Amino acid sequence: MSEPAVLPEGWEMVIGLEVHVELATATKLFCGCANSFGDAPNTNICPTCLGLPGSLPVANEQAVEYAMQLGRALNCTVSRSIFARKNYFYPDMPKDFQTTQYEEPTNSEGFVVLPDGTSVGVERAHIEEDTGKSTHLGGGGRIHDATATLVDYNRAGVPLVEIVSHPVMHDAETARAYVAELRDILLVTGVSDARMEEGSMRVDANVSVRPVGSDELRTRCEVKNINSLRSLGRAINYEARRHVDLWTNGESPRQETRHWDEDGGRSTSGRSKEDADDYRYFACPDLPPLVPTQADIDAIDAAMPALPAARRAALAVAAGVLVADTALTVERGLDVLVIAAIEAGADPTAAMKHADQNLSDGQGQLTPATFAALVAMESEGTLSSTQVKTVLGELVTNGGEPADIAATMGFEAMDTSELETLLDGIIDASPDEWARFVEGDRKVQGHFVGQIMKATQGKADGKVVNQLMTQRANQG
Amino acid sequence: MSGEISRDEVAHVASLARLRLSDNELDTFTEQLCVVLETAAQLNSLDLSEVPPMAQPYPLTNVLRPDVIVPSLDRDEVLAQAPEAEDGRFRVPPALGEAP
Amino acid sequence: MSSAFELAAAIRAGEQSAVAAAETSFDTIDGRDEEVHAFLHLTKQRAHAQAEAVDKAVAAGQDPGPLAGVPIAIKDNMCTRGEPTTCSSKILEGWRPPYDATVIGRLEAAGAVIVGKTNLDEFAMGSSTENSAFGPTRNPRDTSRVPGGSSGGSAAAVAADFVPLSLGSDTGGSIRQPAALCGVVGVKPSYGAVSRYGLIAFASSLDQIGPFAHDVTDAALCLDVISGHDPRDATSIPTALTPTLPTVNDGVAGMRIGLIDELMADGIDDDVIARTNQAAEALIAAGATVERVSIPATIYGLAAYYLIAPAEASSNLARFDGVRYGHRVDGQNVAAMNVATRSAGFGDEVKRRIMLGTYALSSGYYDAYYGKAQRVRTLLADEFATAYEKFDLLLSPTSPSTAFEIGAKSDPMALYMCDVCTIPSNLAGHPAMSVPFGVGDDGLPVGVQVLAPMLEEAKMFRAAKALEDAAKGMS
Repeated sequence: MSEPAVLPEGWEMVIGLEVHVELATATKLFCGCANSFGDAPNTNICPTCLGLPGSLPVANEQAVEYAMQLGRALNCTVSRSIFARKNYFYPDMPKDFQTTQYEEPTNSEGFVVLPDGTSVGVERAHIEEDTGKSTHLGGGGRIHDATATLVDYNRAGVPLVEIVSHPVMHDAETARAYVAELRDILLVTGVSDARMEEGSMRVDANVSVRPVGSDELRTRCEVKNINSLRSLGRAINYEARRHVDLWTNGESPRQETRHWDEDGGRSTSGRSKEDADDYRYFACPDLPPLVPTQADIDAIDAAMPALPAARRAALAVAAGVLVADTALTVERGLDVLVIAAIEAGADPTAAMKHADQNLSDGQGQLTPATFAALVAMESEGTLSSTQVKTVLGELVTNGGEPADIAATMGFEAMDTSELETLLDGIIDASPDEWARFVEGDRKVQGHFVGQIMKATQGKADGKVVNQLMTQRANQG
Repeated sequence: MSGEISRDEVAHVASLARLRLSDNELDTFTEQLCVVLETAAQLNSLDLSEVPPMAQPYPLTNVLRPDVIVPSLDRDEVLAQAPEAEDGRFRVPPALGEAP
Repeated sequence: MSSAFELAAAIRAGEQSAVAAAETSFDTIDGRDEEVHAFLHLTKQRAHAQAEAVDKAVAAGQDPGPLAGVPIAIKDNMCTRGEPTTCSSKILEGWRPPYDATVIGRLEAAGAVIVGKTNLDEFAMGSSTENSAFGPTRNPRDTSRVPGGSSGGSAAAVAADFVPLSLGSDTGGSIRQPAALCGVVGVKPSYGAVSRYGLIAFASSLDQIGPFAHDVTDAALCLDVISGHDPRDATSIPTALTPTLPTVNDGVAGMRIGLIDELMADGIDDDVIARTNQAAEALIAAGATVERVSIPATIYGLAAYYLIAPAEASSNLARFDGVRYGHRVDGQNVAAMNVATRSAGFGDEVKRRIMLGTYALSSGYYDAYYGKAQRVRTLLADEFATAYEKFDLLLSPTSPSTAFEIGAKSDPMALYMCDVCTIPSNLAGHPAMSVPFGVGDDGLPVGVQVLAPMLEEAKMFRAAKALEDAAKGMS
């Protein structure tokens, strides 16, 4: 199915994503205040996260651990890191500098493999502290008409990891798939609950365009205030088209930060990046470096749960299919079942087919052994396709053994010779219909199949019946 | 580095530092900063390319604390010190525009 | 006035009451502080409550601690919960922190009685306490003169016998230089030896809290109480300092001491040089060997310091924005309010240093200024390390001159020069202390400086004690 192109012919978009995730620690990054969403304002504050004069930060060991785990899950190199101060003013900044990582981040140069097999490079994933939250009064909640701003510092100091991709995505679908994959990784590792609607995962999109075939990087804009995957796609496409319009009119986009307006379906101008503060980064003198050992990293690797990309790769190998074809099965959590069934002798294609088509509600009581046994019965022809589906349903709901269930349901293997005898009987009883079938009238086929099904109470395999009829007809 | 700083540069630095200077102050500060920077320029004569910057006077690494909740401050005590507070929050004149 | 050591002993023995000691302190302050202006605020209620608790403990047969009932003054850049903490700045006028600095907790746990907060150069930036937004402190030895800075109030409080002990902070000499000018003992510990939690930061990689006292023994007593690991300060040294009090009288026999060439040259007054030479003689007489040693990088110390300290300060002082505490000047929007508040709230020296520091960190200048200065630190530390292979301790003057007149040095650079002897220890992170050693030609106190390797305070105190003993016999 082809969709109308987002951009005019000859143009491609270049997308990089900055994703901020809140870590699922009990406390904040540099102090022992609770890391908790939704509490009454300014009830989780202390001298450190409020930036009171004289306060000092001390790094949270769990936050550092999670950050390294996330880095390894993104296939990054984990190295010695230094906290740096990024200096700028905003009322939600308790110290008017943000403690982040700049020249020496914890994690660098990794990648994420998407369900369709695309690999997206990750430049870095560094640790930093979150800011407080501002609410603007008056003016209908919009910043520009506000009469006052109220600030809550509960969120100030919450640990974040900022994941920065390389600008290597070229359409909104890839960007969405990348974010969805990140979310899955975060959930599987337990590093974050990654809820865009709660703000524990925030996505900013860097968008530019260029002529197809060029490798230049033209002026880019950063689009913020994207609150869902759907918005992400819409915002990217809007912004890319806006850039193309400007370039084709002989103008160029201004390098700036833009605000996505979901209701209006457009981005609006924000701060100009040329006017941006000089952040005057320098190593924070209050925080010693973090130096992970190889043993630390090895321990993290050893304890890493099975990540989606690895599961897709393993299933592709076991089932002899393309990675892209394993996505659905892995998403449903059926890969372990299928691989085990294949190891127990099940035909890979059949197993995959059933997983995709007949197990949409999950495996329930089905086990690899019973699954394999059932698939074997199907391959041998012991059960018809319809029967297999029924037995499978029973195995999922109530468990048991396929042979027992088949017997209980009266699904016996029907001898082919028995079927032949039956068929002969029905041919004798319907000579006119048979003559028409022999002459090539396939419409009358259903009459015979129906009669046989009636006579066998549905146990006959429709495919086998058709084969027999064809053989008979050819015999004359 | 030359040890020279221009009046314009001082004005720019003042705005980065969130300070508003009068014309007089700009003049005086420019003069005074030039003098200090001339002293700083003494460092030009040193070849320090092989000398690493000092990270910490007493080198430490991996100073961490356990992820255990510690009681927070009493909000009332804190907000009592705020220039202006409302609804349990710090109140300030409107912030124009989003954060960087 | 009795020493802290003697007073604490008497109070623990029940021979004196802590409440009476506190009263005496307040009476003395009342009698003379209008003239000296060492204090910005007195903490009478807190002092009284603490003193009563000490007396009660003694009566119950408990030990209230090594500083039992000793009145102590605290530089007003250290947080004292519920009490004003202003850093001598309009921008923090009226602010009462909701928490205590770690050192406050340690002092009170040892039985000390905090009587008040002392004056300083605004945000600890200065060498004369003339940069205070609330008026200067006067040198008790000659009230037409400065007490030094930035911890001028704490130095004067001890020199005027208001209290036997006080705390200051030292970033480029702000304890040692006023100690020298006021004729008292002042100590800058090893970086990381005393917790900075609750010390309002000036330059984070240089700041240290330390004691003022009349004598070396009292200073040792105080340092042993306030030093130690603090999990709230990530730069805090993991192991406690070797206590300095037990060995303070062990003398200097066999010690090798280096007299720093570069600090006995131009820029130091002749009478100060003469006294320092006498100090060297005194150490020889006490059994040490003293030789000249060259530490060339010390001459670059001033330049490096006046890039690093302002740079870190420019970042540390950004938080004073009128949003959460302190002074606020209203504006149409928060950015305007921020600028108006800071412009009105900070004094000139603070503004100067913030701008210098902002410039040193700014895009395009970082490598040439801040980056280069950080390399000078390593150079200096390496040269010190080489010197300490040959010497146990080093010796130098503390201040280039004796106390100058209030208003005499108006040029910022002239004031910066006051720190030329003290800055190197802050840059390297090593401990150093000033001991009174006679007077200058003008009859005003001279201090000499003993420097030690990292964590070698105990040795440093032994030399300081030997100098103190020798000074007693001087004219």
